[in-house]
Amino acid sequence: MSLNPSVRDAMLSAVPSLRAFAISLCGNVDRADDLVQETLLRAWANIHSFEPGTNMSAWLFTILRNLFRSEYRKRRREVPDGDGTYADTMKTQPEQSSRVEFEEFRVALNKLPTDQREALVLVGASGFSYEEAAEICGCAVGTIKSRVNRARTRLAELMAIESADDFGPDRELRAVLTGGSGS
Amino acid sequence: MQVQSPGEKTGKILNREIQAKIGQQLRAVYNDVVDQGVPDRFADLLSRLDAEPNNQPSDKETQE
Repeated sequence: MSLNPSVRDAMLSAVPSLRAFAISLCGNVDRADDLVQETLLRAWANIHSFEPGTNMSAWLFTILRNLFRSEYRKRRREVPDGDGTYADTMKTQPEQSSRVEFEEFRVALNKLPTDQREALVLVGASGFSYEEAAEICGCAVGTIKSRVNRARTRLAELMAIESADDFGPDRELRAVLTGGSGS
Repeated sequence: MQVQSPGEKTGKILNREIQAKIGQQLRAVYNDVVDQGVPDRFADLLSRLDAEPNNQPSDKETQE
């Protein structure tokens, strides 16, 4: 008997966002992909515990998140991927000026504590509700809300520092250097 | 009496702009990965799992 193709398809279609979530947790593409692979294997072996009709994506995110947490606890903190690996595998290369912003944001995001970062990503990018995010992280809805708020405040602080620079003469200089405003 | 200093007001506007930007940047970073689609590695993995009778989850459950 073959596994219900719709289950396999559901897993397959969750892969892109699982990877995005994993990369935001690990900060390293290779590790993230290993994590996704382990998640799929684990899910496959435990598919009987998946309730048909419920959200497959949320179920897979929960598995991935738990795997990451247990691995993280074992290894403690390894040096996150500061630059290189992630940027190298980027499919689309944003144009130069937004590229800088993009990288600055990614660095700021990586500075957040893991529990704040995962809450922010689940709610702000993966499109989960606060309730779903709480279930994925195994905590109260209020906890998710406060983590998201703290994450936003911290990022705003980090970005306010960046944007203060942008309003200085540097910005005009940068525009001239990148040919942004003609001559 | 509520008095808002010009600095405070600018701060609030700036903050709102920054929050909008955070949302936008967050989705940009995330969607950049999503747009890469499914790497072959994972499509192959699932096909392989599906093709191996011993790896059928339903069999495993009953055999173990």
